[in-house]
Amino acid sequence: MSKKGLLVSYNWCTGCHSCEIACQMENGLPVDQFGIKVSQIGPWQYGEDKWQYAYIPTITDQCTLCGKRVEKGKLPSCVQHCQAKCLKIVSEEEAAAAIAENGKQLFMTL
Amino acid sequence: MSEKEPLHVIKVEHTHPYRYDEDGFTATRGNAWSAPGCHLGCGVIMYSDGDKLVKVEGDPEHPYNQGRLCVRCLAVPEAVNSPDRLLYPLKRSRENRGKNVFERITWDEALDTIEERFKYYKENFGAESVQFWQGTGRDIAAWISRLAWSFGSPNYTFNINAHSCYSPRIFACSFTTGTFWVGDYSQQFADRFDNPEWKCPDVTLVWGNEPLAANSDGAYGHWVLDVLERGSKLIVVDPRLTWLAAKADIWLQLRPGTDCAVALGMANYVIKEDLYDHEFVDMWCYGFDEFAEHVSEWTPERTEEVTGVAAEKIAAAARLYAQADAGLVQWGVALDQRIDNLENGRAIVCLMALTGNFDKPGTMIQPPELLKYITGWGREWLTPEQDEKRLGANYHPAVRVGSGAAGSSDCIEALLTGKPYPIMAVWMQSINSLACGGADTEVTMKAFNNSEFNVVADLFMTPTAMAFADIVLPIAMFPERNGIRCGDGCQRGETINQAVSPAGECRSDMEVNLELGRRFNPEAWPWENVEQMFSSIVEETGYTFEELRDVAPAYLPFEYGLHEKGKLRKDGGVGFPTTTGRIELWSHAFNNIGMDPMPTYYEQDNSPMSAPELCEEFPYILSTGARQWGYFHSEHRQVPHLRALHPEPTVQINPEDLADLGFEEGQWVWLEGPIGRTGRTGRCKRKVEAYPGMARGVMCTEHGWWHPEGDPEKLYDALELNCNNLITWDYGTTGWGANHKALACRAYPVKDGE
Repeated sequence: MSKKGLLVSYNWCTGCHSCEIACQMENGLPVDQFGIKVSQIGPWQYGEDKWQYAYIPTITDQCTLCGKRVEKGKLPSCVQHCQAKCLKIVSEEEAAAAIAENGKQLFMTL
Repeated sequence: MSEKEPLHVIKVEHTHPYRYDEDGFTATRGNAWSAPGCHLGCGVIMYSDGDKLVKVEGDPEHPYNQGRLCVRCLAVPEAVNSPDRLLYPLKRSRENRGKNVFERITWDEALDTIEERFKYYKENFGAESVQFWQGTGRDIAAWISRLAWSFGSPNYTFNINAHSCYSPRIFACSFTTGTFWVGDYSQQFADRFDNPEWKCPDVTLVWGNEPLAANSDGAYGHWVLDVLERGSKLIVVDPRLTWLAAKADIWLQLRPGTDCAVALGMANYVIKEDLYDHEFVDMWCYGFDEFAEHVSEWTPERTEEVTGVAAEKIAAAARLYAQADAGLVQWGVALDQRIDNLENGRAIVCLMALTGNFDKPGTMIQPPELLKYITGWGREWLTPEQDEKRLGANYHPAVRVGSGAAGSSDCIEALLTGKPYPIMAVWMQSINSLACGGADTEVTMKAFNNSEFNVVADLFMTPTAMAFADIVLPIAMFPERNGIRCGDGCQRGETINQAVSPAGECRSDMEVNLELGRRFNPEAWPWENVEQMFSSIVEETGYTFEELRDVAPAYLPFEYGLHEKGKLRKDGGVGFPTTTGRIELWSHAFNNIGMDPMPTYYEQDNSPMSAPELCEEFPYILSTGARQWGYFHSEHRQVPHLRALHPEPTVQINPEDLADLGFEEGQWVWLEGPIGRTGRTGRCKRKVEAYPGMARGVMCTEHGWWHPEGDPEKLYDALELNCNNLITWDYGTTGWGANHKALACRAYPVKDGE
């Protein structure tokens, strides 16, 4: 059976931290522990009008992909609350197809 | 039920009634509208276990936020369950102001005292001797304006100096086009982006706004992303590299405070290059020739000289915006935070008009409304005789006609001087003037301490309550009360539904205002409870408050092209609701109050151009008010998961400036600058952050800081953390606008023990 994972369309991640806090609230995690954590890359300038400025959320050992929520037909809390709508739970095949279509995506499995 | 024919509202399908069970929890669906929190009003589902709020999620069925939610509402249970909540009414005698010696009292004693004192002042000094202050316009504005006006006081005001927030853009729009407009992200439709009438903007112009973290016009910030993903181009006008600026097709990194010049430069280019919308200008604009002449000095080169933005970028931005079929402007508070702030809004509105970006899909639209929230509620209860005494209105025609509120700076002046009449009492509801909003804390301290009797209503003990309050009223948070959401932007029939009992003896803002209103002027407050009051406001939807809870959100009727259909003017004629029926590039309304009929750029005080000698001593430009994800103004610092996102106030400095100054990343420094024209300086403490997205010579910092964990009798460190220490209560000639965004400053290390 194909493995499910988190597909991050990181071109659109604005670094709003909703995924982090949604996860902490869902799972009762303290302020210094995360099921998903956003990293900031930049900003730096690499040419006229060219800026590297990105955020990339990464799942941690404490992520469960919200199995219990998903069983009840809900989305994982980070996916539902992502303000940029840049997170999705997909299969390996779906991830491969999505990546073939658009750049700047990252597929993460547990 | 209403006797009037109800509006034809469009409802949203729901799986559940507004309250239902889910996995052993009680789920309550409703709207999240302050406090705590922002100006918006997202759909939320609040989960409670017994009477304890355990979790808040976005409502996936709500078209507004579509299940999304920002960190502040996600963490609301931590705010609601905070051990630091105010739980009971408190009192303290006047001589003990500033000392942490409050005594618990009953609500009866609190309200009886307030009633007795306010009535005494009214009888002996006139109702105008009581000032009513509110914080930023959230679910507070309507109730407190009615309270002030029905009490008889014209001195209802906002806790920010010289109308430096939102209302200037409204006023500038109204005096140019006859009405106010917001960007069209399809928010007026229940089916949102799928609505067949809606069109995605071809270009979105984000101006003086960080919409992803801030929010104005009732616009959910990430809608900007929604339209970018649907193909909109992006122009950002901002002195700081925001994430959106980094992604923009064109980023105009202007010198802070020069927005008006950028807009005039763009307008001139659009005219000179014949990029303007001839049909729209011919049909619907007034004064084009005069305007074209007026802006002709703003060549791209001249604009570059003043704003620091390269001439070719001004031209490229003007071209991209003008050539779009549909251009949306997402503007922000930066435009309001300078002296003569009306000029910014006016110049940008004229740019929208030249390019025909009104009343069409994907441009600027008329927001449907149930309650005229912006102009205040209950104006009919203020007599013309009392309105004559409104502070600020008599010195400034632009305040008299442009705002229903008193000028806050004029209210401060009256508190300090007792002129033109004595001020005996101040009602402060959701204001934290010493940490946020209020300017120059030295003056603020004197002003509010001159008042004989101060009442503060808030969620937590704040520096402001600790410094000034004689009575403190504990206020319920939104999951603890009922309400309706009728705020800025497009309104809907929308209910705030109580999920849990209030902490301690907390009561909602509306309950407090209704109760006091009934004591002061029962005729103006004919409702037995707040739910009746809400029902009377949402009457047009055809539902009572109770019925609306299950139905909400109820979308109000909306149309494009109102000016062509004769639906904007009261007389039913086509056109815009101005004297000429056209958008007035040459404004009769402004001309009639003695202002320049066309938007004009004025250089700020204390700028490198207006005060080069002063700026040798204070060589940096400081822009305040940068937003952080976890905080709304001075709120949320006591919510652990939010505080952890950004524990201390920072100043962003260009890395080369940082090296010149010899600072280390993370070091505490003082930022010090002249306070307007007072001749004094003020300073605030900040932690240094190297940020390549600042231009050299420009620094950027957040506002609203205090340490809830700090010593109450040191006012929770607010006096040393408040960046408004560099901002004056004084203002320019029109009564509109004070400089928050382009302050002269210098920076030096904090010494040990400071």
